Amino acid sequence: MLPWQIFEYNGSALVAMVGKNCFAIASDRRLGVNLQTVATDFQRIFKIHDKLYVGLSGLATDAQTLYQRLIFRHKLYQLREERDIKPETFASLVSALLYEKRFGPYFCQPVIAGLGDDDVPFICTMDCIGAKELAKDFVVSGTASESLYGVCESMYKPNMDPEEQFETISQALLSSVDRDCLSGWGGHVLLVTPSEVQERTLKGRMD
Amino acid sequence: MECVFGLVGDGFALVAADTSAVHSILVHKSNEDKVMLLDSHKLLGASGEAGDRAQFTEYIQKNVHLYEFRNGIPLTTAAVANFTRGELAVALRKNPYFVNILLAGYDKDVGPSLYYIDYIATLHKVDKGAFGYGSYFALSMMDRHYHSRMSLEEAINLVDKCIMEIRSRLVVAPPNFVIKIVDKDGAREYAWRESIKDAEVSAA
Repeated sequence: MLPWQIFEYNGSALVAMVGKNCFAIASDRRLGVNLQTVATDFQRIFKIHDKLYVGLSGLATDAQTLYQRLIFRHKLYQLREERDIKPETFASLVSALLYEKRFGPYFCQPVIAGLGDDDVPFICTMDCIGAKELAKDFVVSGTASESLYGVCESMYKPNMDPEEQFETISQALLSSVDRDCLSGWGGHVLLVTPSEVQERTLKGRMD
Repeated sequence: MECVFGLVGDGFALVAADTSAVHSILVHKSNEDKVMLLDSHKLLGASGEAGDRAQFTEYIQKNVHLYEFRNGIPLTTAAVANFTRGELAVALRKNPYFVNILLAGYDKDVGPSLYYIDYIATLHKVDKGAFGYGSYFALSMMDRHYHSRMSLEEAINLVDKCIMEIRSRLVVAPPNFVIKIVDKDGAREYAWRESIKDAEVSAA
């Protein structure tokens, strides 16, 4: 496997957006091995705690390993601090874990989304060695990231309420993955507000 | 090239694998069993580099047995799948095993399950899966004919369709296959599908 193809081995698409006192995080559902599709129900977004979710794009095996390490670290954090971790702190934790492997990295690009103090939404993404990119509007990751940047830039409006937020992120995800052969086969959207979490599966072009 | 494929039916899971042991252009034997019985209710079908396959699957089998001896109860299929993934993941950045695995098992509370485990330790629970060049044919046949809760007869029919497709369309198609199933009564060999039998060896 050539080094620059390793991020395209499994195929993935992730996007997170900030709304009015809420955030939405969405992913595609394809698990592939190069040109072959192995599964159409693969989970890329994981819950850390009620108000913090992390999506992991890139190589699926590293996403699974990294997720196990992150859950482990958060459980330890909960035992020591007797509270849940803040999104900003968690982002620094992920960044540190990734940079530890600077010369033999995890081939993953995480997207972190959470509600911080006073339920202010927080999103960020980072590259495979932990360079954080904080954004006020949206973050994207995966093989469909270029399409996602374009669609999000045109569809995004600040301070959308949850229903509009859900519509926007769903349309953004589905139209971007339609232009990427390595991601798609539906979508998985989580909309998180201070009081509840709505989880929905999208049906798009199944190819 | 080696083919392994499997599917989940109504109260059972089955794994089929080709039975050729090949080195370059030479077929060493055509009755090599690549589907291992891990314990009473688990099957491990493996394909990939021959030495790694035999060694890694035996390592998993012995560790599964060890757990049962130490703790008095057997591991669940999900636990074995995660253990196997863990071993592959740890070895990946040191000395990787080039083995692709389909793990089928039956648990009393969960029923039958099938796990797809890549050689780079990607783990996913699936209803149908396949590895190798034969996967291009087997997966397409299963996409067309598979539905959930198939009866054993329907499933074996589907497996035979996949084998027919592999034999007729793959240029270096393996001639023989073994089919093993696991259900509430345990894991066992179901059938062989042979088109070439090894020659009889006359006694010295």
